[in-house]
Amino acid sequence: MLSRVADSIYWMSRYVERAENLARFVDVTFNMMLDLPPGSAGQWQPLVSATGEHEWFDEHYGEPTQENVVRFLTFDPDYPNSILCCLQAARENARSVRETISSEMWEDLNSFYLLVMDEASSSDSLQSPQDFFHEVKNASYRFKGMTDGTMPHGEPWHFARLGRYIERADKTSRILDVKYFLLLPELSDVGTAFDDLQWSAVLRSVSGLEMFRKRHHGITPERVVGFLILDRMFPRSIMYCVNEADQSLHAISGSPLGTFWNPAEKQMGKLRSELAYAHVDDDIIEVGLHEFLDAFQTKLNRIGEAIYEAFMAVDSTKVNGSRLQMQSQGFM
Amino acid sequence: MSRSPTSRLDFSTYDTAGFFDELVDETGKPRPGAELLVEKLQSLEFDELLRRQAGAERSLFRLGITFAVYGDTKGKEKIFPFDIIPRIVPSHEWEWLERGLKQRIQALNQFIDDIYHDQEILNDGIIPRDIVLGAASYRKLCQGMNPPRGIWCHITGTDLIRGADGQIHVLEDNLRCPSGVSYVLQNRLVMKRSFPQIFAASHVKPVVDYPGQLLRTLQHLAPDGLPNPTVVVLSPGSFNSAYYEHSFLAQQMGVELVQGSDLVVHDGFVNMRTTAGLKRVDVIYRRIDDDFLDPKAFRADSMLGVPGLMGVYRAGRIALANAPGTGIADDKVIYTYVDKIVRYYLAEDMIIPNVPTYMCWERKQREYVLQNLDKLVVKAANESGGYGMLIGPHSTTSEQEKFAGLVKANPRNYIAQPTLSLSRVPTIVGDDVEGRHVDLRPYILYGKDIFVLPGGLTRVALKKGSLVVNSSQGGGSKDTWVIEQS
Repeated sequence: MLSRVADSIYWMSRYVERAENLARFVDVTFNMMLDLPPGSAGQWQPLVSATGEHEWFDEHYGEPTQENVVRFLTFDPDYPNSILCCLQAARENARSVRETISSEMWEDLNSFYLLVMDEASSSDSLQSPQDFFHEVKNASYRFKGMTDGTMPHGEPWHFARLGRYIERADKTSRILDVKYFLLLPELSDVGTAFDDLQWSAVLRSVSGLEMFRKRHHGITPERVVGFLILDRMFPRSIMYCVNEADQSLHAISGSPLGTFWNPAEKQMGKLRSELAYAHVDDDIIEVGLHEFLDAFQTKLNRIGEAIYEAFMAVDSTKVNGSRLQMQSQGFM
Repeated sequence: MSRSPTSRLDFSTYDTAGFFDELVDETGKPRPGAELLVEKLQSLEFDELLRRQAGAERSLFRLGITFAVYGDTKGKEKIFPFDIIPRIVPSHEWEWLERGLKQRIQALNQFIDDIYHDQEILNDGIIPRDIVLGAASYRKLCQGMNPPRGIWCHITGTDLIRGADGQIHVLEDNLRCPSGVSYVLQNRLVMKRSFPQIFAASHVKPVVDYPGQLLRTLQHLAPDGLPNPTVVVLSPGSFNSAYYEHSFLAQQMGVELVQGSDLVVHDGFVNMRTTAGLKRVDVIYRRIDDDFLDPKAFRADSMLGVPGLMGVYRAGRIALANAPGTGIADDKVIYTYVDKIVRYYLAEDMIIPNVPTYMCWERKQREYVLQNLDKLVVKAANESGGYGMLIGPHSTTSEQEKFAGLVKANPRNYIAQPTLSLSRVPTIVGDDVEGRHVDLRPYILYGKDIFVLPGGLTRVALKKGSLVVNSSQGGGSKDTWVIEQS
């Protein structure tokens, strides 16, 4: 398929997933705020820190109040990763490849976009923020269902999945990171009811609380971390996402699982193995959760770049789609 | 006066207002081929007719025949207006039109080839040399080019109009990037659902095989011996108003839709950038004007084209449909010489006449034009879309004076035609059916054989009294039925 089309479908998918995760991100904090004892320290600053746009936010908003931060993350037209901007970007990408996606997908994404636009421009926007985030999540589910149900499961569909799962893995790692590293630096709080509250909120934000309880019953940090990073069945766990992304990568190039035909596959395969053979205590808690997640995000970013190099940045060194040529260039 | 929803149309009271109506004569009697349709229209309750019209519009929406209203961030889309009452062309008339159109395109193709080679028609003084070589559409770069099989105009849309006397004329040849065929195909799909019974009973010639014919025409251009040539449709992109058609035709033919940035010249060939590396392209159906095709050859500021494309084309390693340079025959001034062109290359008389046209660069004709500006339509040769045009009967004295100045200053750039009483077709207007002016654009494919799509796009001026059929100025379309007559 055309590189440009692959690129647009990949990013369309990533932006929709990003918008959904941002809704979950903000929702988690709302959840926590409602359950916190009065006088609890500001829970909104960490969300700004997590975006890395600390200075920009200071300049344009000042105080990290609930209202400011929520507006920043949800509707700011100048913050490229706000929910609004994500939907705009997703829609623009979709529009340029309308003949590749189904018409149902286009109409559905357009409705999703209008939903967010209408809320942004409404005079009483965010009166019921949790209702809005709930609608965003549902709209995202619907779009993904539409994608899986109305696109043929060929190369374009695999690029959509690739985008979706890479984004999800990244955002799950960030939700975890925000919680553990930024929200609760005090050791004295670990293991307390306050801590439990926070972990429940995190699990709820990824729609994983019920599944977690069925499997593990009691909350401990190790179990939650293990669940969110390594669980093979939970659809938002990092392991699950990397596995799905890996499968789509191989489906695109046609290479057998367990081998690699380009640097993106090589790196993804390595990452998948690290996760597949990891133990939560030895490989994650020992190393330090934040350090682990940081390293993970870096690797995932590099994979994203490698995907671009392999499929989208096509130049004259890759003539006539010869995969054999790629192999012989010493990537094996 | 509001019409009762259960009332029925009665063509004996339908006012043709002195114009030629395509469906009925001045007494309301159906024309040959239109009997079944007129009978049906008179048998339906008006409400039912409106229901079918609304149903057709819904279908078009669902099919996605929409224009995005660009710049509107609300993302609204609207359909190209469509009226369900078709225009009918009886087969004997169609046969005559088909012969005329084939004749015309053959002659024009030879003309273009001659101009870009030995220019014999100019050497023999049939057309003044500077008229052709001085035309804005003449492309010096194409001098000496040899497109595959010697075919330059693969896809043509020729505009036809019928006057009050019933005579059909060619109004214009569109040999560059004619559009509208996707509407023909989708309108037909919708019409089959609107009038299934009369459609079946009328034996309407099908249009459904146009994409197949188009693909065959394009594949015919590939170098010999290539078993499975790669054909692509090159579009300026989704911001172009005709994008829907580019996308539709690519999809119907089963070929890739590309933009300039998807193509790259490598190793002497044109390639597509794909996820599996570069893939060679053999034939490009380009929907981009000559000027924007190649920044290295034409406009350097073009972001839509492919740098180096013309080099590959000259070397014969890529086929382009239509060939660059065809605009020379698409010129209003050249139009006035088409009868001479047909006689020169085919030794035949032109079958379908042009609209009577005055050439302002001939002294006697220019004098006539300047004396009769208030009665004529004066057009600048190099403009389109209504610019550089004076509609005599609707103009003021000062506008006429201004135009007189323009004509005297640059007579070679102007032609004039009498105002035309275009034929009409009954059209649903509010709660009644009234006549609206139409033209007809059949599509002609020049491949191994010349194929003329039966019917074509009937464009209709929806505004009362208007003669302007362009979509951008209140036009819409109708289906065209070429009826097989027993």
